[in-house]
Amino acid sequence: MSEIITVNLKIWRQEGPEKSGCFEEYTQKITTEASFLEMIDLLNEDLNNQGLEPVAIESDCREGICGTCGVMINGQAHGPRKATTTCQLHMREFSDGDEIVIEPFRAISFPVIRDLVVDRSPFDQIIESGGYISVNTGAASDANLTPVPKEAADQAFDAAACIGCGACVAACPNSAAQLFTSAKLAHMASLPQGQPERWKRTETMVETMEEFFGSCTNHGECHEACPKEINLDFIAFMNRDYMKAKVKNRALSGQR
Amino acid sequence: MTQTTSERYRVKPIRDRRREWPFPLNLYQTAVGRKWVMAVTGIGLLGFVLIHMIGNLHVYEGPAKMHEYAESLKNLGSGILPRSLILWLLRLSLMVMFGLHLHSAITLKEMSRKSSLNASFQSGEKKYEGGREYIAASYASRTMRWTGPIIALFLIYHLADMTWGWWLGNEFVPGDPYHNLYSSLSRIPVAIFYVIANMALAWHIFHGAWSMFQSLGINNPKYNHLRRGFAASFAGLILLGNLSFPIMTQANLIDEEERLCQVSIGDTDEILACLTKQLEDH
Amino acid sequence: MATNSKTVLDSRVPSGPLEQKWENHKFSMNLVNPNNKRKFDVIVVGTGLAGASAAASLGELGYKVKAFTFHDSPRRAHSIAAQGGINAAKNYKNDGDSVYRLFYDTIKGGDYRSREANVHRLAEVSTNIIDQATAQGVPFAREYGGLLDNRSFGGAQVSRTFYARGQTGQQLLLGAYSAMMRQVASGNVELHTRAELLDVVTKDGQACGIVTRDLISGEVIAHSAHAVVLATGGYGNVYFLSTNAMMSNVTAAWRAHRRGAFFANPCYTQIHPTCIPASDDFQSKLTLMSESLRNDGRIWVPEAFDDSRPAHEIPENERDYYLETRYPAFGNLVPRDVASRNAKNVVDQGHGVGPLKNGVYLDFSAAVGRDGHDAISAKYGNLFDMYESITGENPYEVPMRIYPAIHYTMGGVWVDYNLMTTIPGLYAIGEANFSDHGANRLGASALMQGLADGYFVLPYTIGDGLADQLGEPAVSTDDPVFTDAVSAIEDETAKWLSINGTRSVDYFHRELGRLVWDHIGMSRNKEGLEKAVSEIGALKEEFYNDVRVLGSADTLNLSLEKAGRVSDFFELAELMAHDALERKESCGGHFREEHQTIEGEAQRDDDNFAHVAAWEWNGKDALQTRHVEKLDFENVTPTQRSYK
Repeated sequence: MSEIITVNLKIWRQEGPEKSGCFEEYTQKITTEASFLEMIDLLNEDLNNQGLEPVAIESDCREGICGTCGVMINGQAHGPRKATTTCQLHMREFSDGDEIVIEPFRAISFPVIRDLVVDRSPFDQIIESGGYISVNTGAASDANLTPVPKEAADQAFDAAACIGCGACVAACPNSAAQLFTSAKLAHMASLPQGQPERWKRTETMVETMEEFFGSCTNHGECHEACPKEINLDFIAFMNRDYMKAKVKNRALSGQR
Repeated sequence: MTQTTSERYRVKPIRDRRREWPFPLNLYQTAVGRKWVMAVTGIGLLGFVLIHMIGNLHVYEGPAKMHEYAESLKNLGSGILPRSLILWLLRLSLMVMFGLHLHSAITLKEMSRKSSLNASFQSGEKKYEGGREYIAASYASRTMRWTGPIIALFLIYHLADMTWGWWLGNEFVPGDPYHNLYSSLSRIPVAIFYVIANMALAWHIFHGAWSMFQSLGINNPKYNHLRRGFAASFAGLILLGNLSFPIMTQANLIDEEERLCQVSIGDTDEILACLTKQLEDH
Repeated sequence: MATNSKTVLDSRVPSGPLEQKWENHKFSMNLVNPNNKRKFDVIVVGTGLAGASAAASLGELGYKVKAFTFHDSPRRAHSIAAQGGINAAKNYKNDGDSVYRLFYDTIKGGDYRSREANVHRLAEVSTNIIDQATAQGVPFAREYGGLLDNRSFGGAQVSRTFYARGQTGQQLLLGAYSAMMRQVASGNVELHTRAELLDVVTKDGQACGIVTRDLISGEVIAHSAHAVVLATGGYGNVYFLSTNAMMSNVTAAWRAHRRGAFFANPCYTQIHPTCIPASDDFQSKLTLMSESLRNDGRIWVPEAFDDSRPAHEIPENERDYYLETRYPAFGNLVPRDVASRNAKNVVDQGHGVGPLKNGVYLDFSAAVGRDGHDAISAKYGNLFDMYESITGENPYEVPMRIYPAIHYTMGGVWVDYNLMTTIPGLYAIGEANFSDHGANRLGASALMQGLADGYFVLPYTIGDGLADQLGEPAVSTDDPVFTDAVSAIEDETAKWLSINGTRSVDYFHRELGRLVWDHIGMSRNKEGLEKAVSEIGALKEEFYNDVRVLGSADTLNLSLEKAGRVSDFFELAELMAHDALERKESCGGHFREEHQTIEGEAQRDDDNFAHVAAWEWNGKDALQTRHVEKLDFENVTPTQRSYK
């Protein structure tokens, strides 16, 4: 049941991308029924009333699906609860008197815009480089013309569940974006519709990813941080597909 | 034309895409390809470590058998090819594998460092000033870059010690590995160093032998659960075998007191002749 | 009171038999030659399902598209949160579905307050959407034979809903987003992220561009084009507590309204029956649980008043399964408005459950007993997990607690059959327009409408309007119409920062939401609505004088962004109250207590109100003019809805 707790917050404040930042300390009283972001809302309301600028933190759907929110809470991306985004985290995970350190998701390619807000647009650039199936509107055949084995469709969904929040990069000691990229690749490579462009897509997306992010050393931190629990196996699929893409004679890929 | 927001704020790539080299060199241009090279060379090195360990178990059969093992390595393929050619080719490929493994490790580490360190404008070296809580990353996976150099240093020492005989001086008898092993490992500091280095090696294998499946994309839900077990048992096996040598030497289970061809009998040729004769008599 | 106009709006619905209207219209429209398309600039504002699909399709056709989103990435749009599914008249289940049945269900579900021709077109293209999405790689649920699976949804007696677990909206949006990113890569779509529309610019009555504020640098920028498309979603956040995303707002539609686009049926708001009840006073938003849960869950409340026993201690004969008793044919699957109002009634009567007595039970124990834990988990696993992570209760063991919450808005910018607003060259698609849903939207139809507009309707109809402009360059952004608009926005931004009052923007938003929910919520009456008009006006004055927005305009400033949005919500809320007052009948999501049947059902007044009410802006302090578009029903006969 709900109770009122007091938490000690250590929040990263940084005025702009070129400014230097530091931690500021705050205390906040809150009921355990509240969500983590509602706790920050309340803090911001108090700051505003005191004439201090509120903490910049992004969130949108607050249902754990849009991927807008995401901060490092006590050294864990999206905080201590497994498979949970920051917005779905509730204060019942914390106890009275806890210190909570809040930092933005960090990586060189995720520059801080302000306080806890970072720029994750390199993810869009990865998608732009090939994360699609080229089909013009109106050019599609009947949906049931191509049966897809249920297992394959399920795997495609597991991969496609990625919300693009960036927790994988934030949690990775190498700032690698393998989990994000491989999830999108596995989604499309699992489906018959994704086959024609499979090798080209793998090549361009991996190479774009490497322009921005580090190299995977198979720690597995990304999977632990991932609110959608995207599987590490997809990274293995991506590695294999990438090597195949480099070796394969694509002119023969129409043959069975 | 107004600038699009993505043009104004487009996060700049931290590394440029270079012109693609011709196949197969292009594989080595990207991190994913380089990890693949690391995994393939890792498999080669694992094979070497395993065979090396098994071969060395001949030490428990005495100096003569150990001598025979050493000779058989030199005689590999000698029916067809010049003696020692295969051995040298193996040595050469080991050196290449080792070099590639090392080079890719260093360059990939550098790539990751450039992507993650200094990430915060002020905090400098650490990615998170507030600290970092690891959940999945094992101690082994995070210490690959420490166990790696330990193994490399050990390897150089080990070659100098047992192959080139730098530190054994007059004690070193080329072609009598039993004697060399005993002379080296009977010294306490050396034995301790061997123990530490082999623990580092096992630690390195514990992560590496699992990680290679990921890097190569050898992946199937049917056997994925076996991969960790494989890595752990492989590391355990190597650890067990390799630790036995310094420990058994220190426990006097490997010693030279009852040896037939005592090293004091004369020069190298005489010792080796004695060992060959011993084998024939057997 | 608002002034009424005698003007009859021209919907430009083509003549001919219903099923041939769209086909004929496509033929009769002007075309733009493929080589000429690149000479046209089109602005698409919003990158949700409607916006992304429109931007992608227009880019594929060869138009020069500029797509705008105020998010950091197009993939964040709130379409992503739609859970349940998307309807299409595929009849894969062989249960008698057809384009006509989908059309009929939608018209009936909308309580006969939508345009027949639009709804029929929607039903026609619904099948293409499924084909398109599947080809893009949207991982719809499949059966073991590899073909697509369907489920049934509230308000329909056939299984026509395609779904991707509980994340259909996410998957469809990612499909549209990836199609758009493909066009970004090809150079046909220019993507502007973190750019919020603050004004629509017109010249000589024709839409010629927009003014945006760069949310990072604060720069106010003008963009010109031959046509502007608004795909900016609904206005549910006027209620503060809604299932809409935190940033969802009415600003784009409202600023277009202030420039002359009529705003239609603002009082048509939909309450979703299955949301998680608020748990405390500073709840920031409500979370929706997919309506599909009603397929297997049974809704009940304790028969006793103010019963505080835990659910499992209440014996079967002391439970009131009120929907099953009152509506035997549809049971728990009655349309949303019926389910919501009944929930409100039982809670108001004192049967509410939960610590704040603000919910009803949605019980899965029968379904788990019948189908087993695994079967239920396969269907609803992620929804159950979500419920548990929010409430800390396990729905496999304890019944869920649900309560209605505002979820979707049927009202919006008025558009004709071509989806063009009353400003030539300005189009509105998706939830932003007043749409095809009449007074109430059926479940799984929002995704259908957004994608139908974006993929299959707008790309045809926009050409009709552009064809006349061939050879004319877009208006220069140096033109006074742009420079004036830019400086007006700069002044507005400066004004927020200079008020320096005592209360936060959020405080006013929450207070406004409370007023709107109390008086223009699930049921409305004359007295309450009149009270709303005066109280909203007073609060608005207070807001303009006492809001405190800190910081500066040249950095990321979230409260500054919000101040503008909340100010538009104030004006909208006033209009909603007027619209609700004027519509002296009950229909769909608009329930006037004065107009109900003896059984407490909504009572329409087809003689006087079978029309769309579209409001015209007359200036900041002037009353708005109410225009009327008469709705003709040539194919279906309006009947009193009955789900008994």
